[in-house]
Amino acid sequence: MDPRAFCTSTRVLIVAGKGGVGKTTVSAVLARMAGLAGLAPLLVELEGRSGLTAMFGRDGALGYDEVVLSPADEPPGACAVRARTLTPDDALVEYLDDHGMRRISKRLTRTGLVDVVATAVPGIKDILVLGKVKQLERDRAADLIVVDAPAAGHAITFLQSARGLLDAVRVGPIRSQAQEVVDLLSDPARTQVILVTLPEETPVNEVVETAYALEDRVGIKLGPVVVNGLYPPVAGLDVDPDDAARDVGTTLAAGEGQALREAAAFRGRRLELQAAQVGRLADALPLPQLHLPFLFTNHIGPIELDQLTRALTDEIATLGEAVR
Amino acid sequence: MVAGRTIVIACGTGGVGKTTTAAALALEGARLGRRACVVTIDPAKRLADSLGIESLTNTPKRIDGTWPGELWAMMLDTKGTFDDLVHRYAATREQAEAILGNRLYRNISSALSGTQEYMAMEKLYELHDSARFDLVVVDTPPTRNALDFLDAPRRLTNFLDNRVFRLLVMPTRAYLRAVSAATHTFLRTVSRVVGAEVVDDVITFFEAFEGMETGFRDRADAVRTLLTARSTAFVLVTSPRPDAVDEATFFAGKLGDAGIAVALLVVNRLHPRFGGTSASGPDGTVLGSLRRNLDDFRRVAADEEANFAELAAKLAPAPVSRVPFLADDVHDIDGLTMVADHLVARPGS
Repeated sequence: MDPRAFCTSTRVLIVAGKGGVGKTTVSAVLARMAGLAGLAPLLVELEGRSGLTAMFGRDGALGYDEVVLSPADEPPGACAVRARTLTPDDALVEYLDDHGMRRISKRLTRTGLVDVVATAVPGIKDILVLGKVKQLERDRAADLIVVDAPAAGHAITFLQSARGLLDAVRVGPIRSQAQEVVDLLSDPARTQVILVTLPEETPVNEVVETAYALEDRVGIKLGPVVVNGLYPPVAGLDVDPDDAARDVGTTLAAGEGQALREAAAFRGRRLELQAAQVGRLADALPLPQLHLPFLFTNHIGPIELDQLTRALTDEIATLGEAVR
Repeated sequence: MVAGRTIVIACGTGGVGKTTTAAALALEGARLGRRACVVTIDPAKRLADSLGIESLTNTPKRIDGTWPGELWAMMLDTKGTFDDLVHRYAATREQAEAILGNRLYRNISSALSGTQEYMAMEKLYELHDSARFDLVVVDTPPTRNALDFLDAPRRLTNFLDNRVFRLLVMPTRAYLRAVSAATHTFLRTVSRVVGAEVVDDVITFFEAFEGMETGFRDRADAVRTLLTARSTAFVLVTSPRPDAVDEATFFAGKLGDAGIAVALLVVNRLHPRFGGTSASGPDGTVLGSLRRNLDDFRRVAADEEANFAELAAKLAPAPVSRVPFLADDVHDIDGLTMVADHLVARPGS
């Protein structure tokens, strides 16, 4: 499948996974890939803090107003990658403004009544955020909206909030908002979820649980699972370094042989463990997998972002048309 | 550190191995002959199974082992802990029942931000107070907002003190009635958005809660005092990833503002550091690829070390415990023992 077809198979991609698996990185990669395919992406970040800007080589934090993280025509033909945050507090103020209640929004916050109402109607904050995503989608604010979702456990409650609210609130504008969010989430042509995990035991267990919970309880379409942080294979890991040196007519410095041997053994062991976890994930979850390499750095800047984008594009090329 | 304190609080962002660290510290306490209890929040299933705490419990379970002390563990039941508090401070059984049956109350334990943190601290206080343990180690919820944890007791009491609703439930004096009229108009607008039954639930809740807020506030103050006592140690847990280190740094700053020093920095999931040189090549040969492999790990290890160097310097003289990437997830006592050994190893060893 070509990346353009992948990015146009739905209008909102919600990227979810537990903390530390690289959810934000994958969100950035998907947006960059859409941009390179000539589609206009919008990255939406929900927690008001994230390293998204640094990945595109920019300073500072994101805000409620859209910013351009990667300009158009870099490289030629690419669309700009835009990004913004969308926090519940922002969404509430905007909601009240839109519904002619600008005057009470300040008072709600000042009196602490926001907390009371948010507790009385659990999920109302999530509904406001998803309602805003729905508005962006309906207004065609972008060809593809990529949402960097809250961490895994909360992702389920977050996406389930609309259905829960339909049960709890019987009338009023919030109910219709919830209904529209349910409509958005249950239409695969409008929204799909990309789950992200690491090839390790607990993250694999959690992604499997999250996947089934999302399908059963939210009825949302799951796209491929991204497995992040796979060590690229290395040839000759089982060859003794002294033999390898002799083969090319050289000798090793003192201590070098031992270091090479230990590093090779470590990589070999982790490659096996990762392969086992990838296999376990495939057995437990019948979804296509997209593999991203570990880059042996923790800093994702523009160079690493493009490296990962190329890797993801290659992986998507191997997907059949069936996943659309 | 485990030997000298009575309370250890493990904090940090999600996915950095906080629960495992907390359990390993409690195990270390038991190995030192102390009666140790770990309060976990949402542990990975296999770890919970191995500790015998596969379900929510409000009472610790003892784990048998060959250590001289005692090791106990429990998984925090937020709602159960809150229910106990309501029973403790309600004037009558009827008052407690009225609160426990209210829909807003039932939502508080799952939806009010900070409640889980507060209940973790409440449970900590209760276990400490019971004198059954010499050491209580508590895991904290993986909140994005580091402040939640220290602010939780105050947030909840502020919630319970909400002025708008206080006014609604005691409209006895004339001037209050006047304020109440404006408040009623305001609430009508709120009802229009979320529905009148929600507002009714809220009012019923605050009526039922009448008179209990003092007890809650006093308890919250006592918990806060305990958190800042010298016998309480905060352990900051992080992974070497820049985002996790950023969160840890932010959190250390907030603790500092509250006059609390971090007693130990734990950096989990470090890549191993191999010796050798950064020789490379020849390209296209097995030796070249073996050298590139070593270089990969040397690079990532240096990168990781640099990521938390500044944080470690800021927290000095608190020691740094480095825990390497382990071959498998920790899911039994042997695994925890291995983590505990790494935790107590002298820095740099």
